[in-house]
Amino acid sequence: MSREELDRRANAELLRIAEAWYDQMHGGEVPSIALPTRTKQNIEFDDSSEVWKYGEKESLRSAHTAKSALHLLKMAYVIGFLKQQLAENRSSTLRELYYISEGWKLAKFGAQDESNFLVEDLEILTMLQREAFHLRPEEDGATIFGPLRIRESTRRGPRVIHCRDDVGEAGYAIPNNVEGLEFLDHGAKMVVAIETGGMYARLQENGFDEEHDAILVHLKGQPARSTRRVLHMLSDRFNLPITVFTDGDPWSYRIFASVAYGSIKSAHMSELLATPRAQFIGVQPSDIADYNLPSDRLTDRDVQALKAELTDPRFDTDYWRFQIRRQLELGLKSEQQAFAARGLDFVTKEYLPARLAEMGVL
Amino acid sequence: MLAEELARQQRSISIAEFFEKNKHLLGFDSPTRGVITTIKEAVDNALDACEEAEILPDIEIEVRRTGPETFRVSVEDNGPGIVPGNVPFVFGKLLYGSRFHQIRQSRGQQGIGISAAVLYAQLTTGLPAVITTRTGPHEPAHRFALRIRVETNEPEVLEHAEVAWDRTHGTRVEIEFRASLAARKRLIEYLRSTGVVNPHARIRAEIDGESFVSERVVDEPLVPPKAIRPHPLGIELGQLARMVAGAKGALAPFLVGQFVRVGAKTAEEICAAAGLEPSVRVESLSGDDVSRLLSALQSVRVPPPPTTQCLSPIGEELLVRGLSAEYRMDFVAARTRPSAVYGGHPFMVEAALGYGGRLPAEGNAQIMRFANRVPLIYQQGACATTRCVAEVNWKAYGVQQAGLPQGPLLILVHVASTNVPFTSESKDAIASIPEIEREVNLALQDLGRDLRTFLSRRDRTRQAEERARAVCAILPELAAKVAEVTGRPVPDISPIEGQIMRKVVARKRTQEGRVGIEVRNHTSRELALQVFEQSGDPAVDATPAPDFSTEFEGVVTRVWEVTLPPGGTWRAVYSGRGDGSIDLRGVDEHQKVVVDLDV
Repeated sequence: MSREELDRRANAELLRIAEAWYDQMHGGEVPSIALPTRTKQNIEFDDSSEVWKYGEKESLRSAHTAKSALHLLKMAYVIGFLKQQLAENRSSTLRELYYISEGWKLAKFGAQDESNFLVEDLEILTMLQREAFHLRPEEDGATIFGPLRIRESTRRGPRVIHCRDDVGEAGYAIPNNVEGLEFLDHGAKMVVAIETGGMYARLQENGFDEEHDAILVHLKGQPARSTRRVLHMLSDRFNLPITVFTDGDPWSYRIFASVAYGSIKSAHMSELLATPRAQFIGVQPSDIADYNLPSDRLTDRDVQALKAELTDPRFDTDYWRFQIRRQLELGLKSEQQAFAARGLDFVTKEYLPARLAEMGVL
Repeated sequence: MLAEELARQQRSISIAEFFEKNKHLLGFDSPTRGVITTIKEAVDNALDACEEAEILPDIEIEVRRTGPETFRVSVEDNGPGIVPGNVPFVFGKLLYGSRFHQIRQSRGQQGIGISAAVLYAQLTTGLPAVITTRTGPHEPAHRFALRIRVETNEPEVLEHAEVAWDRTHGTRVEIEFRASLAARKRLIEYLRSTGVVNPHARIRAEIDGESFVSERVVDEPLVPPKAIRPHPLGIELGQLARMVAGAKGALAPFLVGQFVRVGAKTAEEICAAAGLEPSVRVESLSGDDVSRLLSALQSVRVPPPPTTQCLSPIGEELLVRGLSAEYRMDFVAARTRPSAVYGGHPFMVEAALGYGGRLPAEGNAQIMRFANRVPLIYQQGACATTRCVAEVNWKAYGVQQAGLPQGPLLILVHVASTNVPFTSESKDAIASIPEIEREVNLALQDLGRDLRTFLSRRDRTRQAEERARAVCAILPELAAKVAEVTGRPVPDISPIEGQIMRKVVARKRTQEGRVGIEVRNHTSRELALQVFEQSGDPAVDATPAPDFSTEFEGVVTRVWEVTLPPGGTWRAVYSGRGDGSIDLRGVDEHQKVVVDLDV
């Protein structure tokens, strides 16, 4: 879809909401809107797309109460603002939207969470991403380094960039809106998504990307939407195996889950954001024992998080059950950079080749 | 030698002399109190007299300044009047009365009150009291000027004449004494309280230029309570000795005849307990026998005395009507507890609770205390009823409490008894009697529950109103915004408002120098109401023109008289800034929503 087409569609979808309210009011009906209930209890696994999506439960917001009437009014103001933004081909950040509402009297937002949440509601209602409304998140996307050529349509025209030859050491910075990104070609056999910047730099310095024809993606902790979207597109477009390399603790397993299966907060976008075929490299709890990695004891919170994961349907596989139980037995966790204890080359020369071969990627 | 000298100084003192030295015992301890006590005594007498004669009381009170520190107080009633021969004693002798020996509920009892006022007047100004009284249309009216001879407690008539009087029956008392009207507010409060518990009375007062009226709420005179014989538990040695002294015949029939609830069997038991033969002659009893008889009377189990005929409660309905006539409140309820007995004296507790309206929203609740339909004005803190009020857990009923309950609350407690246990002879405070306190507590708790129900219902109504008001303010904005976004004309949302509110909606909105006022009737009834507006705009071009318009210090008040059928809409427009405020009058608060879209 071209940019203009996307703008037109965004505009039309937003107007559809306002028009529905107009018709309700014109017909003497109290305006209302139905939205899926956005809670853990309303998340279902979609077998065909293998991602977690919102279920059937809906809640009706009707202007019968002041709270809901106000919600509709705020939504109407946001729609009005976005319509104008689309018409003028401008964009704004979620934070800017929050500040713009200062001038909306009754419809003013109390906190940015409120405006963010409302934008997500609009995404759900229009089945479009916020980027289609020219809204950017605050957090910048992470970086890519490796044999990949892309075309980015920038404010100054399209730019073709090779993600290793045309960029500095830090790599290519993923823009907030990746819908304008085109993946031209690549010389890769796989994608390795890495949690920490230290390990990302280690793989670059050790020439892992060249030696194994790998595209390295820095997740920067819990990955932003754009980063997850890029992983999804790389998997989709080039059919490349996507692997995820994180620390060996329960929080890092959740990073993998949000990449592979989708998150609750953006379950309406799971189909676009999740990469069901993504595979987990490690650090696996079994690695801690097998490689005798330097480790820390699990805290109470870690243990609780692991136990919660045992009941989380997303981790309900033989593999995860085994690994999580193993970790609870060991009572230990290790960071991915702990491999440095066996020498700086160990992770690229020994661990990753062995692990990737075991996974069938190499 | 010394003893003889002392003996020369020893002599009896008259009761009048005693009270001359102990004025505070009767409520004459200060010039401020003197006015209230005098009026109170005279009004009590007037009400009692009317009640006995089953007349609807009309009482007129006048307080006139006659000098820098002197006032002339007159109280006139339409009661049965006083036989001329008795007038000097009623007003000129302390401890002269008709009700002292009777066991029933009455306001005055000992016959001290009004004559004490006469005494007080003659002590401070030296002027005699002037009494005018007439007993019927065929009798002439008599006017007396009289004083009390302090040394002997005997009346001294200075003047007595038959006079013409326009009243066919009634009594007028005029007393002039040194006083102060510093407690004018308290006097009014006393009169208002008196009106509340005497809904059958009309009380008019002219207090040094200020008028007060408490109108009659019911047109039926009170049925006077009937006297009962004493109960064995409520009797004391002196009284028993007097009864014995005036009696003849056998002891057992004496007991049966003189005491309530004592039958032949009980009389025999009492005689046995006293160690006296039932057939012994009463006149032959020694002082010792009488003492033993007293302890026997109080040890033998006797059923409690009958309560209904000797007590005269105000009744729940009349309490509510009486209170509603004097105070504007959102909630009023009253309870009359079943009669009960303490120490052989029948009593009955009544209480009422008022909330909201014009009652002051902050500070301690207003407490109105009554004993036998007489307001208790002084010594609130010393009164058992006040303690009861403080002991109730008002927070449980949705009322703030800091010792006493707080907020727009009025609490009325009435104790009726054949013998109200006062803490002192000035009859300001009720003494702490567990049986009475228990009844007061039960009555207040019962009323508290009613109040809680009212408050939670009111809160619900308020919430509904808040919701409607909030939606009312938001929907037009939503309609305007949606119209703007979709590029269509602003939809008419009045049907939606009606659906949400079922009320009368008044809205004011100013656009481009035009002030628009709109009133819509979403109720199912036709309404006649006034649109009331105040603003700085002269609005000479208002269409329609207001029915009433007046300017004061740059603020114009406008009123439109509007009749709206169900579903009807009324509009007014004028040029201006729209800086004022609007309101609807003549519509129930719960039925209206006023929205000012310019604020």
